[in-house]
Amino acid sequence: MVTETRAAEPFAPPPGLAIRKFWDLSFVFWGVLATGIALVVLVALIVGLFQDASGKMTMDFFLKFPASTAEDAGILSAWVGSILVIITTALIAIPVGVMAGVYLEEYAPKNAITDVIEVTVNNLAGVPSIIYGLLGLGLFVYGLGQTSSLFGQTILTAGLTLALLILPVIIVTARESVRSVPRGIREAALSVGATKWQATSHHVLPYAIPGIVTGVIIGLSRALGETAPLIVIGVPTFVAFLPFVAPSDVGQTIYDSEGNEIVVNTADMLMSWLPWAPDGQGWLSQSFTTMPIQMFNWTSRPEPEFLRNAAAAGIVLLIITLLMNGTAIWLRYQMRKNIKW
Amino acid sequence: MKINQLGRLAIGAVSAIAVAAAAMGVAQAQQKAAGRGVFTIVIDGSSTVYPISEAAGEGFQAQQGGRVRVTVAESGTGGGFRKFCRGETHVQDASRPITASEMTACANSGVRYIEIPIAFDALSVVVHPSNPVTSITVDELKKIWAPEAQGRINNWRQVNPSFPNLPLSLYGAGTASGTFDYFTEAVNGKAKASRTDYTPSEDDNILVQGVAGEPGAMGYFGMSYYLENTSRVRALGISYNGKPAVLPSPAAVENASYVPLARPIFIYVNVAALSRPPVAQFVSYYLTNAPTLVRQAKYVPLPAAAYQTGLQRIQRKSAGTAFGGKNDIGASISEVLSRPLVLTPVT
Repeated sequence: MVTETRAAEPFAPPPGLAIRKFWDLSFVFWGVLATGIALVVLVALIVGLFQDASGKMTMDFFLKFPASTAEDAGILSAWVGSILVIITTALIAIPVGVMAGVYLEEYAPKNAITDVIEVTVNNLAGVPSIIYGLLGLGLFVYGLGQTSSLFGQTILTAGLTLALLILPVIIVTARESVRSVPRGIREAALSVGATKWQATSHHVLPYAIPGIVTGVIIGLSRALGETAPLIVIGVPTFVAFLPFVAPSDVGQTIYDSEGNEIVVNTADMLMSWLPWAPDGQGWLSQSFTTMPIQMFNWTSRPEPEFLRNAAAAGIVLLIITLLMNGTAIWLRYQMRKNIKW
Repeated sequence: MKINQLGRLAIGAVSAIAVAAAAMGVAQAQQKAAGRGVFTIVIDGSSTVYPISEAAGEGFQAQQGGRVRVTVAESGTGGGFRKFCRGETHVQDASRPITASEMTACANSGVRYIEIPIAFDALSVVVHPSNPVTSITVDELKKIWAPEAQGRINNWRQVNPSFPNLPLSLYGAGTASGTFDYFTEAVNGKAKASRTDYTPSEDDNILVQGVAGEPGAMGYFGMSYYLENTSRVRALGISYNGKPAVLPSPAAVENASYVPLARPIFIYVNVAALSRPPVAQFVSYYLTNAPTLVRQAKYVPLPAAAYQTGLQRIQRKSAGTAFGGKNDIGASISEVLSRPLVLTPVT
C-alpha cells in the first residue's frame, strides 16, 4: 500500500535513501560473514577432530584405563571421574547459586552493601579459572586436607573448586531470570495474601526456572572442560582404577590406607559406592582424573599416536557437553510449556 | 499443583544438602585415621620422568591385581618437591637433583628421602633437514643462545663463517620446564640465562613443527622427541671442549660421550613411606624393571650397576643426595653413585 502511493507520486526519493539502503545491505553482508567465519571454524575443528581420531572410537577406548602405550590407553577413569566431579559440582553450585540469586534479587534491601556484592559477583564471573585453582589448593588441599581424608586431591575438592568457579555465572543468570518475571505476577500474589516466600516459590521461581537452567548449563559445561584449576590442585594424570570397589573384589586381600593387608568385605564394597562413608571409603574421598586432564597429557606426549587418543577423547567430551545441553534445552522447553501468563 | 511441588522439591533438596554437609563436618573430627580404603601410592613431579613412572605404576598395579592403587601427577619438578617436602607424596619424579632450598624445606618438615638415578635424558639440538650444517660446538651454541645474543645473532653466518647465509629462527623449551633449566645451564653456564627472542613452548610437538617448517630454524628438546621425528628434523652433532662432534644416540649417552647435553633423571623416595609394604614393593618393582620401563618411555637406561646401587639404597634406607643441593653438568653416573650422601646443603 505505502509503496504504491509513493510510486504514484511524482517526487524524487528522499535524499540519502540510497546510502541508507547501502548501509542496510552491508550490515547483512558483514553479519553473514561473521556468522560464516564462526561456523567454518567450528566445522573445521569438528571435522579435524574426527579425522585425527579415526579408528579410535571403539568400545575398548571407553572401557580401558590410561596406559603408557597409545594403543592400550583408554578413558574409563577419565570419563567416570569427569561425571562424578560434575555431579558434585552441580549439587553444590546449583542450590547455593540459585538461593543467592533469588535472595539478592527478591529479598536483599537495595543499599550500598548489596551494590558492592553485585559488583563483586559480576567481577568474580570474569576471574581466570586458574585463580580458583589456587584458592582450591590453599583452602581444600592444604587447609582442610590436613583435617579430613575428604579433602586433598579428591573428587570433593575438585567439585567444590569448580562449584566456586561457576557460582558467579549461576548467581548472575538466576538474578537476570528472576528480574525478567513481570512485577504484576508478584503483586497479584501478594495482593491475595501470599507471603513473600509463597509469591517467590509458587510464582516467580517457576517462571524463572527456564532462564536459570540456561545459566546452570553454561556453568556446568564450562566446569566440564576446565583443566587449569584441576592441574593447580594437583589432580593426577595417571589413574588406572575407579573410585568404587567392584563386587568381584569382595574376599580379595588388599593393602589398606595404612599399608596393612586386609580382606575386602561386602560392607567395604557397599560403602565405596556411597558419596561419603567412615574411614574415607566413599567416592568423594577418592583420587580421580578427568577428561581434559587426560587430553592435556596426551597432546604433550612425543608419540603421535597419543594425539589420536586426545582427539577421540575430545569427541567424547564434545558429545557429553552436547548431551548436557540437549537435556537442558528439552527441560527448558517442558517447563516453558507450563507457563501461562 | 505443579508449582507447589517444585517449591517443595527445592526446599527438600536444599535441606538434604545442608544435613549432608553437617554430617561431613561432624564426621571430620574422627577422620584422618583412615582405615579400610585401598592404599594409594602417590607420585608427583617432573613431566619428563612421568612416562617412566606411569609405566611403572601401570605394571605394578597389574602385577598386584588391584591390591594397591597408584596415581601419577605431573606438577613439574619444583611443584612436586613442594608437595614431597610436605610429606604429601610418596615418590617424587625429578629431572634435576634436589636444590639447596628444597633440601632445607624437607629438613624443616622432617622428610628424609632416598635419591635414585633412574635414567638418562638427552637433549637434541635440531635443524631443518635442508640445512648443510651437521655439527656445532658448545661455544657456538652459547653464541646463539646466550642472553647477549638477544636481537644481535640473527644469521647462521654470524655464528661461524662456514655456516650458510640463512636467517636464524630459534625454538626452545618453555621457561617453566626442566629442559630449559638444563639446556641453559649446560650451554650458557647459568640456569635460566637465555636470550628470550625465540619461540618457547612446553609442547615439543610445536617445536618439531616449527623447526620442520623453516630452512633456517634451530631448536632443542628431549632426545625422545627427536627419535620420534627423525624424518622431519635433523639433529646436530655436539662438539664439547675441542673433542670430535657426537650425534645424539642411546649408545653415545650410555658411554658418556654425548656431553654436555645428556643428564641423569631421578626419583626421590620418602623414607617414612618405605615402611609401608606396598611402597617398598613398588620401588623395588620400579628398579628391577627400570631398563624395560626406561626404554619403553624412550629414555636411555643407566648401567645395570646403577640400578643395583638404587636397590641397596632402598634396603639400607640410605637417605640423602649426592649433589649437595647443586646441579652438576657432565659428571659420569658411576662417579655420582660413589659420592657420599648428604641431607643438608653443601656450600
